[in-house]
Amino acid sequence: MIADRLQRIGHSTISTVAGFGRAGFMLFGALLGKPDFRKGFPLLVKQLYVIGVLSLLIILVSGLFIGMVLALQGYNVLVKFGAEGMLGPLVSLSLLRELGPVVTALLFAGRAGSALTAEIGLMKATEQLSSMEMMAVDPLRRIIAPRFWAGVICMPLLALIFNAVGILGGHLVGVEWLGVDAGSYWSAMQANVDLYQDVMNGVIKSLVFALVVIWIALHKGYDAVPTSEGISRATTETVVTASLAVLGFDFILTAVMFGG
Amino acid sequence: MLSEILIDIQGLSFSRGDRPIYRAMNMQVQRGKVTAIMGPSGIGKTTLLKLIGGQLKPDSGKILFEGRDIPRLSRSELYQARKKMSMLFQSGALFTEMTVFDNVAFPLREHTKLPESLIRRIVLMKLEAVGLRGARDLMPAELSGGMARRAALARAIALDPELIMYDEPFAGQDPISMGVIVRLIRELNNALGLTSVVVSHDVTEVMSIADYVYVVADKTVIGEGTPEQLRNDPSPLVQQFLRGEADGPVPFHFKAAAYQDELMELTR
Repeated sequence: MIADRLQRIGHSTISTVAGFGRAGFMLFGALLGKPDFRKGFPLLVKQLYVIGVLSLLIILVSGLFIGMVLALQGYNVLVKFGAEGMLGPLVSLSLLRELGPVVTALLFAGRAGSALTAEIGLMKATEQLSSMEMMAVDPLRRIIAPRFWAGVICMPLLALIFNAVGILGGHLVGVEWLGVDAGSYWSAMQANVDLYQDVMNGVIKSLVFALVVIWIALHKGYDAVPTSEGISRATTETVVTASLAVLGFDFILTAVMFGG
Repeated sequence: MLSEILIDIQGLSFSRGDRPIYRAMNMQVQRGKVTAIMGPSGIGKTTLLKLIGGQLKPDSGKILFEGRDIPRLSRSELYQARKKMSMLFQSGALFTEMTVFDNVAFPLREHTKLPESLIRRIVLMKLEAVGLRGARDLMPAELSGGMARRAALARAIALDPELIMYDEPFAGQDPISMGVIVRLIRELNNALGLTSVVVSHDVTEVMSIADYVYVVADKTVIGEGTPEQLRNDPSPLVQQFLRGEADGPVPFHFKAAAYQDELMELTR
């Protein structure tokens, strides 16, 4: 009974560690070695489009609405203290430090991460990866690497776009609708937002999230059981694992950046 | 003078998890011949092709391709060796996001520095050989199963390999495309001087094109020879397989407890 349970714990620990090992090997194999820009660049551009540009719409719409909601909620509290002039910093700091990187990463995991997992899982199931290997083309270099770099490049940019649109959304609600003074919205924001402390830390956060989300998505696809059931499970796992990992890393990074 | 034997498998053992697939198996593939590997489904015929291609590593034994032991090759040596072999997967495994033309051009663009005009000519020649020159602008999703397999065949011969391995080329084909593929395998083998390995369980088709046949079951080779020799093979297992009998040395029933005992259990 106890031995059984111990055995199960041991088994799941070993398989988890083995999963980390396989994920590490995959990334290692994809990124190691000298890059071939002549062949690699067109592949990267294509993935930048698929992963980045096609995620723009959901990022723009979500950013706008989150900025608007922040302004609405923030205004209701601030106005009680007569501090509605601080609405600009409230909206911009919330977005730059937290919501921008985190929500972008969550949306990215749902939009691009799940698509990547399904695509690679399906390539595996239809033997495309195997046949590429038999044609002496390394699928890690050819399939995984461009997607990885595209994700790492796109996510910080998407987060910055999310922030910008969110701040505009805050302006729309706060200034245009609720009547906060436009001058104080922008000037208080300018006075309170620091380039390194706030903007750069947000970018660093989203870079870390990008690595985590894209690595999980690619690994889950590459490691998927090549059946329709296996691919659907891998896709779900990507979204769940990547979202939880993003939230976990966010807490750690926030503690390091703003805790002291 | 090149050696007559292209692939020499010696004492190959391989297991998946705890389940042994092959035990001390020997097999030889003659250069320029069509060698068929037959056997019931689920005995790891595809696995054998992946072992030859170096995608899987055996537990023990040698797999010599042109005298070099595939499992012992370094990564770059293995990739060099793979340029001389190609494999036709059961599903065709065409790249779904490229046209038929780009699929066939893929190995050429990856491994040669030929100018695009020459690549175009080679691709058209290969597509002509499989009768799909007119389908070059279609996407793989627009092809029928038989056409997809022929397109994949054109891609497989794009780099003029020494060896081509067919994984279940006849499975799930209608009689016409089956006939087309049978003819293609034979003609390509003769015209291009290829060596072909065909893995299949379609007895009639295989017996009609193979120069030499191995029957694999029970983790090893149970019968071998030319199609003529095999038809006269005394082994009951070989005969059961060739004639497609439901019961025999390979039992119809999956391993189970005694029938009567299980029925009685219910009434208890």
